[in-house]
Amino acid sequence: MNAPVHVDPQTDAYDTPLDQIDVSNPRLYQQDTYFPYFERLRREDPVHYRKDGMYGSFWSITKFKDIMHVETHPEIYSSDAKLGGITITDRPMQYRRSSFISMDPPRHDEQRKVVSPIVAPANLNNMSSIIRERTCKVLDGLPRNETFDWVEHVSIELTTLMLSTLFDFPIEDRRKLTFWSDCATADVNAGGIVNSEDKRLEILREALAAFTGLWHERAARPGGYDLISMLAHGEATRNLVNDPMEYLGNLTLLIVGGNDTTRNSMSGGLAALCQHPAEYQKLRDNPALIPSMVPEIIRWVSPIIHMRRTAKADAEIAGKRIREGDKVVMWYVSGNRDEDSIDRPNEFIIDRARPRHHLSFGFGVHRCVGNRLAELQLTILWEEVMKRFPRIELMDEPKRIYSNFIHGISEMKVRIPG
Amino acid sequence: MPTVTYIEYNGTEHRIEVPVGKTVMQGAIDNNVPGIDADCGGECACATCHVYVDAAWLDKTGLPAPGSQEASMLSFAAVTQPDSRLSCQITVTPDLDGLVVRMPEGQH
Repeated sequence: MNAPVHVDPQTDAYDTPLDQIDVSNPRLYQQDTYFPYFERLRREDPVHYRKDGMYGSFWSITKFKDIMHVETHPEIYSSDAKLGGITITDRPMQYRRSSFISMDPPRHDEQRKVVSPIVAPANLNNMSSIIRERTCKVLDGLPRNETFDWVEHVSIELTTLMLSTLFDFPIEDRRKLTFWSDCATADVNAGGIVNSEDKRLEILREALAAFTGLWHERAARPGGYDLISMLAHGEATRNLVNDPMEYLGNLTLLIVGGNDTTRNSMSGGLAALCQHPAEYQKLRDNPALIPSMVPEIIRWVSPIIHMRRTAKADAEIAGKRIREGDKVVMWYVSGNRDEDSIDRPNEFIIDRARPRHHLSFGFGVHRCVGNRLAELQLTILWEEVMKRFPRIELMDEPKRIYSNFIHGISEMKVRIPG
Repeated sequence: MPTVTYIEYNGTEHRIEVPVGKTVMQGAIDNNVPGIDADCGGECACATCHVYVDAAWLDKTGLPAPGSQEASMLSFAAVTQPDSRLSCQITVTPDLDGLVVRMPEGQH
């Protein structure tokens, strides 16, 4: 189980004693071998307790309906940073940064409402022309008949441009946003630059310094429709800058939320099409399927692997007794493949009847605030891709990151024949 | 069978017969009425089936109870009004024959 490199995951998933299965192992996601483990858990033990796993003891919630239950009972299943927050990793208390995703109602509601107007329908209409203009520019600059990294040249570039617009962040420094986003979510054991919580904080302090400067600049002038102006003038958040760690928490939430997830859907969507040639052909024959393909991509990719809650009281899920203080992990990657809730879940189908019935955005009060913006960016990307490039070829398996939280693709070699 | 009129943001009207016991959301989804997304499938967990209830019908549909899950989810929807409801939380009864609901500019 700890070294799935040399084992057949299908065999290992069924040979490992049930109580030894540890779906928190980030290698499962890096090597894309997690499916049979969840398939077994959904069948044999859908609410599964792993004692002393790689990330401590925790409950795994693997079925769509049970995940929905946890999502819609925030009064029991808390997101509070002080209890452990929203990821399976239990960070030492001094490194826990609060933000509205890691708060419960009513404070969560107050802070979220300050920023949510930026992604309201009317504002999305305003943003769509700039998104399209940039998407066209990026696509027109891509090389032909030459292998290049789609992640670097398309996914990162487009999402980081979007992010700099949302924050009104200096566009020439936009790759800093990507860097901070990656540092904020990096697993300290992944072998990257963030090898300790201290190192992470050291890097994120640079982000805090830059954004504190922007805050004071925006607070001094009225209005403004960027996220920093909204926070600086919002009733519930206007003093946020005086609590630097909570300001940083909210910044990293907005940077990661607005960046990483859409980036990986941009990469994972192309990979899915290349790996399902019949669906790719369906898209070529009928680009009008893009609006239903986009949510299917988001389901298929499941850009966030899990969200975590902590039980604030004794409770029960599907007959299992959950104790106060227990760590409860909702595995979106599993719920999105649950045959009891999704028809033919292991097939990538770009014209599903109800494609938005997936867990990738979460549900309940913490449902992704930017979900329609993400869909808009992906829709425009695919509309413009199909106008230009009827065929893009995947030259190698996508390289995935070591993480049990962000379902990340770090590199994807492609080629546009032409 | 009770009839529900759904009016899109652009003014297009859809008169739909919805069986008693189904929700107003379900009536729209089953008949492909655009403007109601219902991502969560009726769990009151996404606020993408937001509608404005015609003033003449508010007494009969009522408003979400303060502190309820519906009120909480609605508070995150864009452009809410005092007559906002989540249509998955309105069950069609014989009383609601003729109900008129309007859709917002977008679901989110």
